[in-house]
Amino acid sequence: MTVVSFSGQSEIGAATADTLKAIGSAYAAAEQGGADFSKLLHHVQDAHELESPFGVIELPHFEPFRIAGLTIDMSITKHVVFLWIAAVILCLVAVIVSRKNRRRPVPKGFGTLFEMVVLFIRDEVVVANMGKAGLRYVSYILTTFFFILIMNLLGLVPYGASATGNVSVTAGLAIIAFVMIQVSAIRAQGLGHYFAHLTGGVHWSLWVIMVPIEILGLFTKPFALCMRLFANMLGGHIVLISLIGLIFVFKSYFIAVAPVGFAVGINFLEIFVAVLQAYIFVMLTALFMGLGIQAGHDSHEAADGHPS
Amino acid sequence: MDPKALGYLAAGIGAALTVIGAGIGIGKLAAAAMEASGRQPEVAGQVRTSMIIAAALIEGATFFALAICIVLAFK
Repeated sequence: MTVVSFSGQSEIGAATADTLKAIGSAYAAAEQGGADFSKLLHHVQDAHELESPFGVIELPHFEPFRIAGLTIDMSITKHVVFLWIAAVILCLVAVIVSRKNRRRPVPKGFGTLFEMVVLFIRDEVVVANMGKAGLRYVSYILTTFFFILIMNLLGLVPYGASATGNVSVTAGLAIIAFVMIQVSAIRAQGLGHYFAHLTGGVHWSLWVIMVPIEILGLFTKPFALCMRLFANMLGGHIVLISLIGLIFVFKSYFIAVAPVGFAVGINFLEIFVAVLQAYIFVMLTALFMGLGIQAGHDSHEAADGHPS
Repeated sequence: MDPKALGYLAAGIGAALTVIGAGIGIGKLAAAAMEASGRQPEVAGQVRTSMIIAAALIEGATFFALAICIVLAFK
């Protein structure tokens, strides 16, 4: 800030004029920088090109086609590529680790880390929520957990993007979770009891109100799963790009210390959030499946007439 | 006022209110968890697990509102 001295009106006038000019140029820079910042935002969204250290790779762009009133766009975009990368990484890691440790009672090397996570999910998430009947669903829960974890973590490496930052990807995961929840409930309760639970045990005159509400309730839980994962991932990336974008808004290198410092801190938080959100998604799916399986057990006990 | 300006204003105020709600909720949750851990240190591990799960659920609701704010700000 310029120094204001008391030795005359002309200097005070000059000082205020300088200050106003500085503020004005800051506004002008901010306006131009604001325009630059909104051009930066495409980094957080899905795009038709892939950025790599070798330059920008153009991805195949197919025309959207219409089937039965829906417009389907099958172009391969950045998030699709990262979906495939995560799938390939997961398959490779899982197959290699399991092959190497097939004949050993105690795993060695990377297998120890894998085994730690697998046992934690099997004992604390699946069996704790679903009981012994849950062991048939362990593979689905483990696949979902590692897939979401790898997708989330890929967004944190340079030139990477997290596919879970796209609502379509999380919606797909939530649809599969919805199907698995219903499958586990129907398998445990039988089809007749499953529809009976949908009525909620009220008098038959109230079924008209009860059944739509219960069906809606079936859909809200996976919808919450979808939105929670999507907004967590997207929000983290938006915060990061807003911080780094401050450097572009101010158009100076000296300001770069503060945003980069904050960005390092937020990156650590993002790593924690990536692991936590994968765990929460999988734990809530196991919880909902466990509720369905338990409802099956209770009704079977009541039918048999003796407690287990 | 310009409708775009109103949209930005609404997004900002919405985000602030959302964070107030989340902060109060998770603050009460953390206070209860600390008190429970202080009373009975043996169950501190289970309390911590339940606390993280409940915090994630509260944040899920927060992020609904945040997603709406993002849509408002970018439309």
